[in-house]
Parts: sequence; structure tokens; C-alpha cells
Amino acid sequence: MNFEEHAAKTKVLSLAGVPIPRGKLCLSPQEAGAAFREIGPCVVKAQVPTGKRGKAGGIKKAESAAEAALAAQAILGMAIDGYPVERVLIEERAEILREFYAAVVSDAAECRPLVLFSTEGGMDIEETSARQPQAVRRCPVEIDRGFGGEEARAMLAGLDLSGAEAGVAAVLEALYTIYRERDAELIEINPLAFLKDGRVLALDCKLTLDDAAVFRQAELASAGAGDKATELERCGAERGLKFIELDGNVGVLANGAGLTMTTMDVIRHFGGKPANFLEIGGEAYTKAEAALDLVLGGAGVKSLVINFCGAFARTDVMAEGVVTAWEKLKPKVPVFFSIHGTGEDEAVALVRRRLGIDPFDFMEDAVKAAVDAAR
Amino acid sequence: MIIFRRSHRVLVQGLTGKQGTFWAEKMIACGTRIVAGVSPKRAGETQLGVPLFASAAAAMAALPYEVAVMFIPPAAAKNAALDAIAAGTRLLVCLTEHIPGQDVMAMHLAARRHGTRIIGPNTAGLVTPGEGFVGIMPGHNPNIFRPGPVGVISRSGSLGTLIALNLTRAGIGQSAFIGIGGDAMVGTTPVEALCALEEDERTKAVVLVGEIGGSMEEEAAEYAAQMSKPVIAFVAGRASPPGKKMGHAGAIVTGSGGGYASKRGALEKAGVLVVDTPREIPGAVSRRLSHASVMSGSRG
Repeated sequence: MNFEEHAAKTKVLSLAGVPIPRGKLCLSPQEAGAAFREIGPCVVKAQVPTGKRGKAGGIKKAESAAEAALAAQAILGMAIDGYPVERVLIEERAEILREFYAAVVSDAAECRPLVLFSTEGGMDIEETSARQPQAVRRCPVEIDRGFGGEEARAMLAGLDLSGAEAGVAAVLEALYTIYRERDAELIEINPLAFLKDGRVLALDCKLTLDDAAVFRQAELASAGAGDKATELERCGAERGLKFIELDGNVGVLANGAGLTMTTMDVIRHFGGKPANFLEIGGEAYTKAEAALDLVLGGAGVKSLVINFCGAFARTDVMAEGVVTAWEKLKPKVPVFFSIHGTGEDEAVALVRRRLGIDPFDFMEDAVKAAVDAAR
Repeated sequence: MIIFRRSHRVLVQGLTGKQGTFWAEKMIACGTRIVAGVSPKRAGETQLGVPLFASAAAAMAALPYEVAVMFIPPAAAKNAALDAIAAGTRLLVCLTEHIPGQDVMAMHLAARRHGTRIIGPNTAGLVTPGEGFVGIMPGHNPNIFRPGPVGVISRSGSLGTLIALNLTRAGIGQSAFIGIGGDAMVGTTPVEALCALEEDERTKAVVLVGEIGGSMEEEAAEYAAQMSKPVIAFVAGRASPPGKKMGHAGAIVTGSGGGYASKRGALEKAGVLVVDTPREIPGAVSRRLSHASVMSGSRG
């Protein structure tokens, strides 16, 4: 789960003692003009959970209340990286001496947190890292030992930070505390500015919360940004189903992520295009009825392949759900089954008896029939 | 220790839960030696005739075991894993999906310090046809799993089941199924699983079932290049759009790495036969096996 800049700054950074610029969240040009009168020369920043705001024209300077209102008018209503801009952040303009980069991120390949720091802040850190790898310092952390002031100072040793050393070390330590206490996958400040008046200030902030930890971060999660989901995808999420709409015409209902991806691959292999990703594996295998409703909700669905291979998921339970839903919805699209694994005999008998359909022996045959039917 | 054996003694954490009981019964029927269970509320009682203990440590003191399998929900998974690791479990099979990432990091770090091997998280388990299984696989179903010469490595339980079924229907049995798990941070990688199958005498060929995301298949390709046994691979996710998490936390393609083309390219360069659909696997295995036996025959 991602967060807009203002949420990351006010709900997380500032509470952990990391200094942030004075700012105000505004929903209209009028509010932006009023905020200017409080804050003075400012930056008007689009609030969307993506890093492409600057290039898209979503960040503008303002020298007067009128300019602030005009900038807000231009930015509100823009779409940046697919996200509609509904809010702008009006922030004080800082007199910047230097720009640094600081972050804590989960390093999945090494299974540990990684603290990152660079004196080359303000730009894309991946580019910086690729261009001059020595410009980015990396400190892997043993999660049971942690990362404190001593580690932060050691990480900065030998770098000339023009006197910002203590302030930056404090920020690194605070970032690690945030990372741990808030179940972050990423907490990043770019740029971390060193100002002419001696302050160290977080000018921007990116926060990603681990989706698997939302259950114990409910308060923070309530401030999270919504996904770029379609209406149907949101509908699926509400029912606890992982559903992604695609642009093809062969609907897919399968259990388990691996089998579902494979069903999509085989559709492509036979020259068809999948209409969706939807898996009802794991604990979701009892939700076949809601799932069928979603798949058939797609506008362009011309045929449907139902591919079950039960390991944990019981195919008889899934088939019962699908058959019941089918009898209720009476859909017009042709459907093709392949059913194997746990509960297979009961499931196959059920589909034969109640829908009068013979499941295919191989999933490839069921998929091919569905692709042909969608042409 | 990656391949499950009949001689392994098994602890089931969460034995008294609905899924724990359901699957433990199937495991026992299949030959798996379940010696103890953990249930803090029912310590001192039995379930399915298996004695229950308050913790993995208490169970280890009374009835030693090598393998622990977790039927534990995500919020409690870290503590259950740390209990089993500290107790001296050698092989911990972690079935739980959606464990918070930082809990998983703590589990892997503790496992490394204590010399415990973790399979998963988010694995469907281990099956050794003819010996037993641990996890949530239809290891007890002879239409799907039969003893034979092919080792199967899969991130996914459902797809792994389909591959085993296809092999069995073609008359090719399996020496072992190793479910490595669909998460991005797993305790046992395909390289380690390949290594175990390379050393296993009964395994004559390996089927590697990969997925998009991460770089584990690329690393596996490097290892496969110097294996003595033929490797056949299928990589799921060719038709999946980049940037989307496809159910498995590991199956997300970001930036340049982890995509289908990179994985297939690396595997083929290493001499691995990569097939387009699961149905092609048995044929590919037969061709490589007869080729391999001819090769070893000519050497002998």
C-alpha cells in the first residue's frame, strides 16, 4: 500500500521527529490562495502516490496567492500516471544548500532491511546508483540487532556533509525506527535537504506499507492511497479476491496463482487473449460464486475457461460454488472445464449432472476450446 | 536436508485446527510419521492419537523430531517459527501465506543462526511418493503422485500438482516434489532444491516449474548448466502484465529483471529444455531421460 506525500510526512515522518516543511493540504484553488497567505513563497505539489509528478508538471512554484491559486487550478484535475489529482500540498519554499538521499528498504533477495544514503539526492536514485555506484552507501541490517545512532554515524563516516552530519544521522536512525514500527517495505526521503539556515528537512517522502501487515497497522492503513483499480477490481478486493481486469475476451477462473498465470499463458499460446487474472486459491477457494460473478462482469468476455487443480483447495467445493452461481446467473457465454486433484471425482460428476458439461482431460484442450469459442 | 523421507519424525504446529487436522490425517494415511502436535490450549491431550504439547520446545524434549510443519495463521507465524527453530527443528515447512515481510526476515535470520532449513513461506509442502508428505498437497492420491525417477520443483502448489498429474498420467513417477513457495523471500531456493535432487540417487531428471518475478530462475539456470542430470522447465507468467502482483508475492515484474524472456533465455542458454505448456512436460522428460540413459550407457 502506497501513501501520498502529505500522509507520509504528517502521519509518519513528523511523528518520528523528522523535520518537514510547513505545509497545507488544499482541495481547491481558493484554498491554495488562502494557504499562500499563511505560508508565503511556496511549492504547489500534486498529491498522487507515484514518483512521476515533477516530469508530468504536477509541481509548480508560486510567488503570490494568485500564482498559488493558478498553479492549483492547473494541477487539480490532472491525471498523473493514471491517478487523478484531487489534492495539492502547499509547502514553504526552502533555501537549499545541498540535497541528499536517505531510505530504508526491504531487500527481498537478501531477506533483510537495507539502509541507503547518498550525497547525490534530488534525482532518480536508480539512475544515480547505475551511473556511479560508489555514490550510494548501503548498510544491510540484521533485523534482530537493529540500526541505531552508532550504525548511522558509521554509515556516514568519511562523507563531507557540510556540517549536516548529526542531523542526517538522526534522520537515518528515525527512518529505521519508522521502517520497523510501521511495517514499511520502503520509506524514502528524496531529497533530504540541508538548508542555508542549518536545518535538515525532508522535502519529499515515499512510503510503502507491507500489504501483509495491514492487519496490525490499521490506523496507518486508513490513510493509505487507493489502488488504480477498476470498479470490478475494487469489487473483487471487497470480497477478498485478487482480480485484475485485462483487455482480452477469454475469462479465466482458476485456483492458485501459478495455475492461474499458466492458464493465461496457454490462452496466449493458442492465440487468444485473457480477459482477467482471478485466482481463488488458498483460503479463497470457497468464494467461487463471487468469483464467477466478477469474471462474467467483464464487458468483453466471450468465453470462459474454468481450470481447477486441487492441492489445498478442494475442487468439489469450488465446483459446487461455480455450478450454483451458474444456475443462478444463467450466463450466455460458453464455458469449458478442466478439473483435477483433491475432490476431482465429485467435482466432475457435479458439473456433468447439473450443467450437462463434460470437463476436458487436459487443461490445454479446455483452453483451446475457449479460445476458439471466443473468436 | 530438503527431500522428505519416511524416516523423518514430524511435529505439526496447529494440529488441532481445522486444516491441521484435515491434512495431518491425510499425511498419516500416506505414511508420514507424525510424532507430536502443538496446541497451547490442549497440551497433555491427543489429537488423531498424536500427543499435544504447549510448544515446539516442549514437544522436542519429550518426543524428538526432525521436521516441523506449520498450520498457523499469518499473525502468529513468526512466534511459531521461532519456537520451532529454537527447539532445534532441522527442517521447517512453512505453509502460511501473507506473513508480514519483516516477520519473515526475522524467521530466516533465526533459522540461519540455528542451522534450520526453512521451506517457504507460502509453500504447499514436500511430497516423496511411496514415503510420505508434509503440507497441503494431494500426496496421498496415487492418480497424481507415483514413485519414479523425476524430481519436481515448484513455487506453486496447484501448478505443481498439475505437473505431477501429467507425469503420472504419462507413466512417469516422481522421486520428490519440492514446493519452494510463492513468496519473494523463501528459505530454500530453486538452486538449493536442484542441488538436493542432483545428489539424490533415485532422481534421474528434474522438472523445474518457475514463475516470473525475482531472479531465482536465472540463478537456477547457472546451477543447472553444470548438473549431470537433465532439467526440463516451465515458467509461468508469460502472458502476465508487468507491474502487477499476480497473487504470489514473488510474481511481480519490476524494472528490467524477473521477466519471462530473461528467465527462459537464461535457462535455455544453460541447456535446460523449456516447454510452452504443462502438457509438453512428460514428452520432454521422456526424450531427455532416454537420451541421458544412452549417454550414461555409452560412458559406462
